[in-house]
Amino acid sequence: MTGNDEMVPKDPRGTHVGNKDIYGRKITYSWWEPEVQYNWALGPAMSRFLEELKKGSIVGRKCRKCRRILVPPRMFCERCYNPTDEWVKIEDTGTIETFSISYIDSDARKIKDPIFIGVISLDGASPKHGIMHYFGEVKADEIHIGMRVKAVWKHVSERTGAITDIKYFKPLKKGGGKK
Amino acid sequence: MKDVAVIGAGMTVFRRRMLETGKELSFLATKMAMEEAGIEKKDIDMVVMGSAPDAFDGIHMKGENLSDGAAGTGKPYVRVFNGGGTGVFAPIAGWWHVASGAADIALVVCEEKMGSCYPHPQTAFRHIWDPILDRPLNPNLVWLFAMEMNRYMSVYNIKKEDIARVAVKNKRNAVGHPCAQIPDEKITIEDVLNSEVMAWPVQRLDISPPSDGASALIFCSADKVRQFTDDPVFVSGVGWNIDSTMWTNRDLYFPQYVANAAKMAYKMAHINNPRKEIDFAEPYDPFDYKELHHMEGLLLCKKGEAPILTREGVTERDGDMPMCPSGGLMGVGNPIAATMGQKVCELYWQLAGKAGKRQIPGDPRIGVGQAWGDIMQMGTVIVMRRG
Ligand SMILES: [Zn+2]
Repeated sequence: MTGNDEMVPKDPRGTHVGNKDIYGRKITYSWWEPEVQYNWALGPAMSRFLEELKKGSIVGRKCRKCRRILVPPRMFCERCYNPTDEWVKIEDTGTIETFSISYIDSDARKIKDPIFIGVISLDGASPKHGIMHYFGEVKADEIHIGMRVKAVWKHVSERTGAITDIKYFKPLKKGGGKK
Repeated sequence: MKDVAVIGAGMTVFRRRMLETGKELSFLATKMAMEEAGIEKKDIDMVVMGSAPDAFDGIHMKGENLSDGAAGTGKPYVRVFNGGGTGVFAPIAGWWHVASGAADIALVVCEEKMGSCYPHPQTAFRHIWDPILDRPLNPNLVWLFAMEMNRYMSVYNIKKEDIARVAVKNKRNAVGHPCAQIPDEKITIEDVLNSEVMAWPVQRLDISPPSDGASALIFCSADKVRQFTDDPVFVSGVGWNIDSTMWTNRDLYFPQYVANAAKMAYKMAHINNPRKEIDFAEPYDPFDYKELHHMEGLLLCKKGEAPILTREGVTERDGDMPMCPSGGLMGVGNPIAATMGQKVCELYWQLAGKAGKRQIPGDPRIGVGQAWGDIMQMGTVIVMRRG
């Protein structure tokens, strides 16, 4: 049964359409642009988290049962499946767990100045507990996993209670502490 | 619990954009599977539809919209989805319809139409991110994979060229697939390493393309299967598992949820030593590194060993443990749920000895298919064997 030239599945169907067919109006199509807005009530954990960001501080929640300090904070521990117990102040310094240097925007369009993005595990939280954020004041040949970083905050007058109240994380040491 | 066999499979061609509507694509794949099984709509007891985020098609609750095309009208019908995990989860749902005794014959149809979404299907992916923590940073979904790939590479000190080998292998394997969107007989490791950087370390040729397409499978209970075929292929185990949405709280180097799903499926299939007992696999490969990551998650090798085995040729179609003999998502295309065509229909074609040009030598007896979805948290696994 092996080694034959038969193509399987036999004679699959379906018709390819290229950009030329669409923009040249060779095919019949219709267009729809949905208009919809959302207003999310953020709940107790995220509301407090964002209010603290506005003040320039990061907070987590502690679960006494598994002893984890959860960042981002939540009002229940998904492992123990119990309410979490208390608010804990977290440092605005941490370690790069992983990162990427992006040359595309959120619509997959090319951008000229790359975006440095990654996961930072924050000091004072449980190991590997952190957030995604931008990196700045660092070069492509300096950034590395394990690099120590610190938050750069927006001026207090510009903060809105959002994750973007932190502008980015920058290397803790000048020059970044080479790999 | 009843044993469950496959009696037919179907698949449309996969392309970036197709003329046919989602319903029409579903019809084409379903009709092909019915013709192989020699049955008609009236013979089907229940239907499962698999289709991933509604945002691609722009049709909310598209399961209902697609039901006509999936032979669902007048029958018990349900849509299941867990993002990229759907291509293996939909047949898992089809399996339990028959294994439970609720249906003698169940049809599984998977459809995806990503080409309708403008300016790019990535735009729709923006809506799967956490609205508070992630979306204000204007993320692109490729970032997730870039961050996971970087973590995986750095933990094991893996070179990019050892990851590029997967893209080359799968695009070459796809040359034998009549549905394939981007087969490439001549592609080299250098081509992959020299392709445009999207989000480092992910480059253009590390990624499978968005696609339109559909696939179908027909399951039959073992006590009825002899009227359809003398050489049935059976589902011998299924597993699925989810990790926390809080993906920034775990180490991305190893997909523990895939390992959990694999252990569940292997237990059901009485597989004690997956590395020895499994002959080939279709790990989910939307990116080249994911095949390696998932080989390890499926416990088909030691942690960090997948790139080495790939370099040694073990995972080639004529190697000791072929990976993605279909050509995978990297070569055949990635219409998300419809990749059931590579991850599960391919197991059937290979185990039945019907894979033609793609046939693995040496009469494989046991194969495993796997998919992966949501925010790097969902593992779905199916084991099949020759009867
Ligand atoms: Zn806990």
